[in-house]
Amino acid sequence: MKDKIITTLKILFSFWKTSIAIDMEYRLNFFVEIVSVIGNLSGSIFVLSLLFGPNTTLGGWSWNDSLIILGLYTILDGFTTSILQPNLSRIVRHVQNGTLDFVLLKPFKSQLWLSLRVISPWGIPAVISGFILIAYSLAVNSRMIQSEMILLGSLMLLSSLIILYSLWFLLSTLSIWFVKVWNTTEVLRSTLVAGRYPVSAYPNFLRIIFTFVLPIAFLTTVPAEAILGGVSNVYFIGSLVFSIFLFTSSILFWRFALRYYTSASS
Amino acid sequence: MSIITARSLTKTFLVSTKKPGIRGTLRHFFARSFSRVEAVDCVEFDIEPGEIVGFIGPNGAGKTTTLKMLCGLIHPSYGQALVDGDIPHLRHSSFLKKITFVMGQKQQLIWDLPPLDSFKVNAAVYGLTDLEARKRIHELANMLDIDDELKRPVRKLSLGQRMKAELMASLLHRPSVLFLDEPTLGLDVNAQIRIREFLSDYNKKFKATILLTSHYMADITSLSRRVILIHKGKIFYDGDLKKLTESLSPSRSVNIEFHNIYPRQELEQYGIIEEYQNSYVRFLIPREKLSLSLTSILNRFSVKDLEVTDLPIELLISELFKHGKTQNVNIGS
Repeated sequence: MKDKIITTLKILFSFWKTSIAIDMEYRLNFFVEIVSVIGNLSGSIFVLSLLFGPNTTLGGWSWNDSLIILGLYTILDGFTTSILQPNLSRIVRHVQNGTLDFVLLKPFKSQLWLSLRVISPWGIPAVISGFILIAYSLAVNSRMIQSEMILLGSLMLLSSLIILYSLWFLLSTLSIWFVKVWNTTEVLRSTLVAGRYPVSAYPNFLRIIFTFVLPIAFLTTVPAEAILGGVSNVYFIGSLVFSIFLFTSSILFWRFALRYYTSASS
Repeated sequence: MSIITARSLTKTFLVSTKKPGIRGTLRHFFARSFSRVEAVDCVEFDIEPGEIVGFIGPNGAGKTTTLKMLCGLIHPSYGQALVDGDIPHLRHSSFLKKITFVMGQKQQLIWDLPPLDSFKVNAAVYGLTDLEARKRIHELANMLDIDDELKRPVRKLSLGQRMKAELMASLLHRPSVLFLDEPTLGLDVNAQIRIREFLSDYNKKFKATILLTSHYMADITSLSRRVILIHKGKIFYDGDLKKLTESLSPSRSVNIEFHNIYPRQELEQYGIIEEYQNSYVRFLIPREKLSLSLTSILNRFSVKDLEVTDLPIELLISELFKHGKTQNVNIGS
């Protein structure tokens, strides 16, 4: 088991060395990305500030607490830029060009290959600024930070990353049948934007959709509640169960889809 | 014992059909109609370890689909394939380490980086140590006569160099079963010859089994003694290439240049005269009469030059596919 993990890590490391080598060819992109993260973040903070007057709350969330949600959203956005977007959008291209053949013929788990073949450094500025925003908000609030909350918060963040990944992978898997599924993943990414604000700030019907249909609540609001020490048991367990369920589904669905893979003809 | 066996191997595809024009497009969008295509139909064969077998057929005959089932990329609709004791579509890692699939029209090399970077990734995936990987890269590079090009980005390489690098990437793990789909596609004659020589060397050195498709008959004739002919998903010949040539062309072409000009009537008894130009005559002589006819010609006439050739195999096979004269060939001969 241990050997297997070490081998897998070695392979992933060799993947990332090549992908970073390709990205480093384009140095300017890095600075553009930093500027774009700063621009996006200040835009979001500005919009958020418009929603707050003195002593007002947004769906029961104070200004400072809302910043934690924004920070979590920024982290997820960075994760999307670094891992999800560059890897999972390739699945469609692989199916279209038939180069998925090469992935399937390697003695390495194809889902792992397709999910982690490339790592793009361009999402790192967003991830770092997300963490800074959370730390800032906690500091300004001068809350007592308990290690338990950090642990629960991290667990919920991990769970939200898995949910987001699994949803994205499930949608990308559809390309085995429908080939072009760019639009569906685009819908996912734009819905994620709704996660910038607390789910309770939305009207009732959207709140239901964002919890049960598109799990926006589990992506940012629930982890923020966990960090603040106010997450209910139902949501906490719900998030874990949901992430395990979606992750398992993504594995099973991929295996099922491969039975229908026809490999683009040559 | 055979290393590759195919039993009733069948693949049926559902293909959506669309009529031309805007009406056809709308209908296609709302209600798709599908038709079944038997890409491979009850194919059976056995291949022994170390054999090189040529897989021949026109476009859409089912060659690539068969190869894809044998290497586990697609699941058969019916029947079974076994490669070195493994069921391909289960794609066990021990099976994948034994095989490779090279496709002339697809590439696995990373476009923006030198081939050496792609080799390193493959070496890691196949669990080769750095030392072993370096040794193998050196060995394959020597066999393929390629060196400095491996340090240049793939996009800067010529098609021939890229194919060599592609072969290296596919053979780094030293597979014992090679599935090659048009490995010389688009290459110039020199590069084609180089690749052929390499494949022959690889086969001898590592006792590898090779199943190869190619539209260039020269690839097949120079590498394999055995061929499998497939048409519309069905095999209609599996056997010796030489025997196939003989059965397709019962006559041989004989070109003779005489010292003198002889009347046509005098020569006609030896075979069909295809060309008659002064002292140069081209005959078609049935194989069973060949030695007798040649002895008589040499005894009776003064011959300056003589050449006996077979009709080009390309011509014979393309005629065969064109007319669908499949019943003329004895299956399994």
